[in-house]
Amino acid sequence: MESTVNHVKSEHVAKLHSKKHTARVTKIVTYALLVLLSVVFLFPFIWMVFAALKPENEIMAFPPSVFPKVWDFKNFGEVFKLIEFATFYKNTVFVTVLGVIGTVCSSTLVAYGFARLEAKGKNVWFVLLLATMMLPTQVTMIPVYLIYSNLNLVNTFVPLVLGSYFGNAYYIFLMRQFFLTIPRELEESAYLDGAGVFGIFWHIMVPLSRPSIITVTLLSFMGFWNDFMTPLIYLNDTSKYTLALGIMQLKGSLNVTWGPLMAASLMVIVPVIIVFFIGQKYFIEGIATTGSTGK
Amino acid sequence: MRGKNSAKYFYLFISPWLIGFFIFTVGPMLYSLYMSFTNYNGIGTATFVGLDNYKALMHDPLFWKALWNTLIYTVFGVPLGLIVGYLLAYLLNAKVHFMKLFRTIFYIPSLVPAVASSLLWVLIFQPDFGIANSILEFFHLPTSTWLLSETMVKPALIIMSLWGAGGGMIIYLAGLQQVPEALYEAAELDGASKLRQFFTVTIPMTSNVIFFNLIMGLIGSFQIFTTAYIVGNGQGGPNNSALFYVVYLYQNAFSFFKMGYASALAWVLFVIILIVTLIQFKVVGKHVYYEVD
Repeated sequence: MESTVNHVKSEHVAKLHSKKHTARVTKIVTYALLVLLSVVFLFPFIWMVFAALKPENEIMAFPPSVFPKVWDFKNFGEVFKLIEFATFYKNTVFVTVLGVIGTVCSSTLVAYGFARLEAKGKNVWFVLLLATMMLPTQVTMIPVYLIYSNLNLVNTFVPLVLGSYFGNAYYIFLMRQFFLTIPRELEESAYLDGAGVFGIFWHIMVPLSRPSIITVTLLSFMGFWNDFMTPLIYLNDTSKYTLALGIMQLKGSLNVTWGPLMAASLMVIVPVIIVFFIGQKYFIEGIATTGSTGK
Repeated sequence: MRGKNSAKYFYLFISPWLIGFFIFTVGPMLYSLYMSFTNYNGIGTATFVGLDNYKALMHDPLFWKALWNTLIYTVFGVPLGLIVGYLLAYLLNAKVHFMKLFRTIFYIPSLVPAVASSLLWVLIFQPDFGIANSILEFFHLPTSTWLLSETMVKPALIIMSLWGAGGGMIIYLAGLQQVPEALYEAAELDGASKLRQFFTVTIPMTSNVIFFNLIMGLIGSFQIFTTAYIVGNGQGGPNNSALFYVVYLYQNAFSFFKMGYASALAWVLFVIILIVTLIQFKVVGKHVYYEVD
């Protein structure tokens, strides 16, 4: 009798022991994988930074060395001499600021309409809004180009920015989801106190939805800053180029100056990274919200 | 709020989108459809040619090549991206220390402007002095000319796209964090192994985010442009092996000024995306778990 109890006990202990053991192995494997993958994901970055610091002959050497033998900051200065980098930077900031303002203002207004105001046919409009998210931009790209072309607006910043003032389906949806989480009581009582629809929107909803406004600001900042295709289609003069288009000039079809090219790319990436670190929380939440909208 | 003027306010608030919807979406869509039946070079008048553009498409080897390239890129790239993104999220969800640090490391590459990341990878894949070949050589593996090779350019582009898998990871992570702990405890009591739990609890409970990423991933993949354009110098790469659908469309519209033909290309793409999306909703969609609110 006693021995069976002991036997069961020891078996139980062994089981617990092996369980603890597997748990530890799992932990170690998890960390090992995470560290390994981090190295893989970081490596291209490190490569870029070091390439930007290497003189040209060292970049083209084989086998390449990871660390620069000579730390050379000349490439960064070189960028400004080889191309009109400062102009591209100024243009990109200009387009991005105007675009973000347009996106945030229009998307917030429209989202509020869809979240809180009622009208016959509202659902139809909402389905149409969602449907536009599936529409490939290529379908409307050519006629829209012809519209701007007829208005003599090709080779200006207008086509890059104007569309944002008419809302962006993706951000409208994101904001609407956010508005729906705000309790209605506040608005109801403000309404009873005699506030109008615009007053409620401006004095109650906008202050309350700061997090989602920040999220849309950050996400649309990325969109405008990184956009390549729209400037490629619309901008002809080098003096109008944005960064995405401008730095391509360092990659001629025959002659590539790798050091300055990597230095320039790095200078394009830095604001994005800074913005990410400032608004990390909003980023992660914003992306996650759009994902769970599969519902 | 529920006053009788509410409908007026609704339309007032959504008016920016509504106006834009007609000017920048409905109007251009109809015009683009009309243009696809014409021969239009961007200036002058369009001549109606009926189905000629669509017929020409069927006999255009470059159209088929571009479609094929895009399909191959999508069929391999999208599932791989889903798996890598999911794996990253799964690892991060294991209550690890430094979770935020790891998350940032995996996520940031997906934020890098496509132009900058493409240029970086062009350097990495340089045949004579790129680090990719140098790593292969270190392990005594055969090297490749990568972006200059007809067979390797698409795998290289897929590797490039995997560097951005962290974007999907964030969405998976949010889904994983919502799986109730009780389900794992119950599975544990039933003696289910970790692997078994992964397939019977984790995957089904996060099927809605997987499905979302699948749909968005496919739509995005069909429209690959910037990386392909930069890698191929605006051309199609070695023997057009990196000529992707939208690159070919862009060339037709803005390099050859065959706007009618390009519009036909756009509509074919639209129909393909629509069909693929509907199939997914029909085939995959019914297996997706949605939390009942």
